[in-house]
Amino acid sequence: MRSSAALFNPSPPLVLLLPLLLFSHLLPRALAADLGSGDGYTIAGRVKLDGATSKESGLPAKPTNIKVILNGGQSISFARADGYFSFHNVPAGTHLIEVAALGYFFSPVRVDISARNPGKIQAALTENRRVLYELILEPLREEQYYEKREPFSIMSLMKSPMGLMMGFMLLVMFVMPKLMENIDPEEMRRAQEDMRAQGVPSLSSLLPRSN
Amino acid sequence: MGSSHLRPWTAMAIRARLGFVILLSLFFSATLSTALYEDQVGLADWHHKYIGKVKHAVFHTQKTGRKRVVVSTEENVVASLDLRTGFIFWRNVLGKNDHIDQVDIALGKYVVTLSSGGSILRAWNLPDGQMIWESTLPVSTLSKSSLYVLANMNVGKDNLILVFGGSSIHALSSMDGQIVWRKELSIDSLEIQQIFQPHDSDIINAVGFVGSSEFVVYQISYRTGEVMQQSKASFESGFCGEASLVFDNLVVALDASKSSLVSISFKNEVINFHQINLSDLVPDFSGKVTLLPLKFNGMLAIEIASSILLLRVKGANELEFVEKISHPFAFSDALPLSKEQQAFAILQHDESKIHFKVKSDNDLRNEILKETIQMDSQRGNIEKVFINNYIRTDRTHGFRFLVVMEDHSLLLIQQGEIVWSREDGLASIVDSTTSELPVEKEGVSVAEVEHNLFEWLKGHLLKLKGTLMLASPDEVAAIQAIRLKSSEKNKMTRDHNGFRKLIIVLTRAGKVLALHTGDGRVVWSVLLPALRRSETCGNPFALRVYQWQVPHHHAMHENPSVLVVGRCGHGFDAPGIFSIVDSYTGKVQNSLILEHSVSHIMPLPLTDSTEQRLHLIIDAKLQAHLYPKNSDSLKHFFNEMPNIYWYSVEVEKNKIKGYSLESKAELDTAEEYVFQAKELWSIIFPSESEKIAVTATRKMNEIVHTQAKVVADQDVMYKYVSKNILFVATVAPKAAGEIGSATPEEALLYAYLIDTVSGRILHRVCHQGAQGPVHAVVSENWVVYHYFNLRAHRYEMSVIEIYDQSRADNKDVWKLVLGKHNLTAPVSLYSRPDVMVKSQSYFFTHSVKSMAVTATAKGITSKQLLIGTIGDQVLALDKRFLDPRRSVNPTQSEKEEGIIPLTDSLPIVPQSYITHSLQVEGLRSMVTIPAKLESTTLVFSYGVDLFFTRIAPSRTYDSLTEDFSYALLLITIVVLVAAIFVTWALSEKKELKEKWR
Repeated sequence: MRSSAALFNPSPPLVLLLPLLLFSHLLPRALAADLGSGDGYTIAGRVKLDGATSKESGLPAKPTNIKVILNGGQSISFARADGYFSFHNVPAGTHLIEVAALGYFFSPVRVDISARNPGKIQAALTENRRVLYELILEPLREEQYYEKREPFSIMSLMKSPMGLMMGFMLLVMFVMPKLMENIDPEEMRRAQEDMRAQGVPSLSSLLPRSN
Repeated sequence: MGSSHLRPWTAMAIRARLGFVILLSLFFSATLSTALYEDQVGLADWHHKYIGKVKHAVFHTQKTGRKRVVVSTEENVVASLDLRTGFIFWRNVLGKNDHIDQVDIALGKYVVTLSSGGSILRAWNLPDGQMIWESTLPVSTLSKSSLYVLANMNVGKDNLILVFGGSSIHALSSMDGQIVWRKELSIDSLEIQQIFQPHDSDIINAVGFVGSSEFVVYQISYRTGEVMQQSKASFESGFCGEASLVFDNLVVALDASKSSLVSISFKNEVINFHQINLSDLVPDFSGKVTLLPLKFNGMLAIEIASSILLLRVKGANELEFVEKISHPFAFSDALPLSKEQQAFAILQHDESKIHFKVKSDNDLRNEILKETIQMDSQRGNIEKVFINNYIRTDRTHGFRFLVVMEDHSLLLIQQGEIVWSREDGLASIVDSTTSELPVEKEGVSVAEVEHNLFEWLKGHLLKLKGTLMLASPDEVAAIQAIRLKSSEKNKMTRDHNGFRKLIIVLTRAGKVLALHTGDGRVVWSVLLPALRRSETCGNPFALRVYQWQVPHHHAMHENPSVLVVGRCGHGFDAPGIFSIVDSYTGKVQNSLILEHSVSHIMPLPLTDSTEQRLHLIIDAKLQAHLYPKNSDSLKHFFNEMPNIYWYSVEVEKNKIKGYSLESKAELDTAEEYVFQAKELWSIIFPSESEKIAVTATRKMNEIVHTQAKVVADQDVMYKYVSKNILFVATVAPKAAGEIGSATPEEALLYAYLIDTVSGRILHRVCHQGAQGPVHAVVSENWVVYHYFNLRAHRYEMSVIEIYDQSRADNKDVWKLVLGKHNLTAPVSLYSRPDVMVKSQSYFFTHSVKSMAVTATAKGITSKQLLIGTIGDQVLALDKRFLDPRRSVNPTQSEKEEGIIPLTDSLPIVPQSYITHSLQVEGLRSMVTIPAKLESTTLVFSYGVDLFFTRIAPSRTYDSLTEDFSYALLLITIVVLVAAIFVTWALSEKKELKEKWR
């Protein structure tokens, strides 16, 4: 295996140093392009699901078969238990890698394999154009496929149509009499007389026991 | 006049509807997605897992631990099944071109698969299916590769896995997949036939043919791959390439003329050929011999004139006849019972019975085991058998048979009984349609209404507790059980909402199955006799299934039926096959092999007096055949004949042609159901710059409710609603391949909208730097298509909406009053339709496998796009996100109308995956079926798995949801009534007080 850590593009060494130090143990595999015995290059990388387990989505803590998809299904590879994956015999050009793992949202990755400069690979997330110095794919976010039930609260009950109905009734019961009190008694009497004149059916007249 | 009235009326109607929907959505504080709570899983949806037709099976039945069988299938699935129940422990679906060649178990803990023509070797962890390692081998794709897992030589040590094909042998470590050694046997045109390891030696023998007449034997070191010994001999009459290893030092091959057998014995660099005279064994032998693959020591199986002979090889030139077997039959591979003893099984069909025989090499005349079982005739013949043994309590051998049937189902048979069966033909659905269930008979109440009010109230109180999150875990389980148990959804009768239907599917094996939408169970299944291999039709091929008869008015007493169309062979000129199947019982009503070929099938919107749908079959010679063949259908057809147009897309020739029917004056009267096609127009795309990538049309049965769309400023736009719109996407030939094969400069994508009656191109748009794969969906007056943008290196989705401008001036009231509107303007085929086109593009994250659009009964409900993503999930995306009128800052009135501010990419809300936390592995297609309830669409998606659910794109505005709490409503009413009485009493009291004062 003639692997080369040739991903690094000619950018300032200081920027490079940090990832180098952090991931130096991963480097031989994390992103390597080598001219295999076949007629193409090898793209190797790693899918990293940080201990972040989606407890609430009801899924197993870690999906066992994470698929890594090259160019929309041209070839499909699987991530190993440690997250490493690779594609062999990939021709030079610009490729697209997608990760399908239930419960996680991954951005597709654009991978450029340079033909002029054999073994040089550049990678960037297409969703946010972040350049990757190693082909370590991390989910952008976890996905919750279910709506969460709101815990029981008085507010939610109040907001329901029935709650609103009750609220309105209470309002009428307790606030209206208060409003009535402020009305001029003279006017009140007049209004009541008007009502009687019109013969508005009162509740008492509707019920069998009337006075 | 009608149309002039239409404008204010429709405008109002739309307003009202919009207002209603907005009100509702406000009321329920709806998001744009139709989300699901976790406890609602399984209420309206079901998900069935399948694996496909099994190609190879390896048993793993150790004394300790779970007993399982590892299988690989034609759907590129590698799976581990529970041997007791047939449930899937795990499975992995490989890529669509990654066909599995072989599967085996190494080290007792890894499942090893060889795929992609022998170039990829993968190891999977046996307990959970996690991939352990993957290795790519440089193998020439021309020759077939095989896998050979060496038997456990040194316990505890790494074992080698050998992959051989052509002239090379690779030895890989089974621990990590690293290549230990690799041997390129430097002889041109060498085909290694077999590799084997003689007992207890460090040597591997490889035998093969060079060219057509030379036979070679290599002895290779197990550890280093060095060739220890090599011998070669040529045989003058040549070989045809088929050979069978009989003993460690004897190979039997077929000679070049395929008429006689040659035994080849080799020992210590000496190779001897013996021609075997078959006429000694078979007196009246003539014709060709086929060597059947039987991996059994000292045995040979040959096929002569459709009967199979089992032969025992006694020596280099001595064969002994053992048994004659007739079709249909199946052999298993050899199964070692002990160090010296091997066994194999022969299965034979006899009408509906299957005879199982197990023979061992100690005594070939007699059987160790002989069983007969009754088999469902709808499963067809046996195709494959795999055997496994177990030790009974009395220390004799018992056998299990894993049987693959003609309909692709998988069965485990033990002690003369079917232990379990899997309907794996459902992993390869070709086409589907639906059928209504029978109407509930009057007087016979099938509905099991809740027994009494108390029970009913208790159930609803429980539900209320659940919705208010007050329920204990036990109660939650009880709620779930109540919901799932409700027999309502699984009844065999039509329901008011139209949720219960039969989904009738046609599988690649030629089996038709009816699935109930309630739980996906198989109601009936039939293996169509017309689609089975027979003498008249050697290679039948299932094409489509259509609704044939849907009785509702005239023929109420008759059952509906479906039409299954097939083809005898894969060529376009192969004769067609017709089968009509009763939708309720699965009985084949009629079945025939057509005299003509089938290249295009057109269900017409016409029925005859018995409600049989008229179908027009266009054959390869461009003749149209009308079905059903009766005078009544002919009468109906003649009325509509001038209105029948169709088109054909010839992808290879880059051509689209439009046709109409010619009256059959020149044809003789004997063929009164045959019509001649007349070419009307053709569009030829320049092959140096364009290549047809995809075409799409509207669904024939789609219903458009409103012809017009009211835009923000009280303006009306008329949709260009035509059934004859064809969407065509072409790509530059250079960029016709996969992503990564072209640069943005050489990629171009053209989208066309074509009227299929006149052949006129209504609209054409070019996307620079875009390439396929293109997926498109057409509905009402819009097209949505998905493609890859090479410049941005992201997927993109575009929408094109097409509006009718000729009616656009129909809104001036004064013109209307003066009678100057253009309703009287002549409609002509030759006038250019005045259309206006709006389009917009957005980024979309995922690759797409398939796209569909929701369909509702009346077309009122807003639409959702269903997108089958590369991760085998189905995403529902509101059409409002794909509205060309979206802008970055919508005006107030546009906001009121519900226009979403423009974003450069389409949102992916996890809650709007209709498959929620499930995957429809190997997703191929989504089918939408309108329910009777206007708000609801039934969605059936299939691939290797099946998934069914119902969705409501604008929420269920026309019915109460499942979790509507009747109890809460009741309590509210009671409380209100009580409050009324209390207040009344209070007011009485107060009045009395007033009076006393």
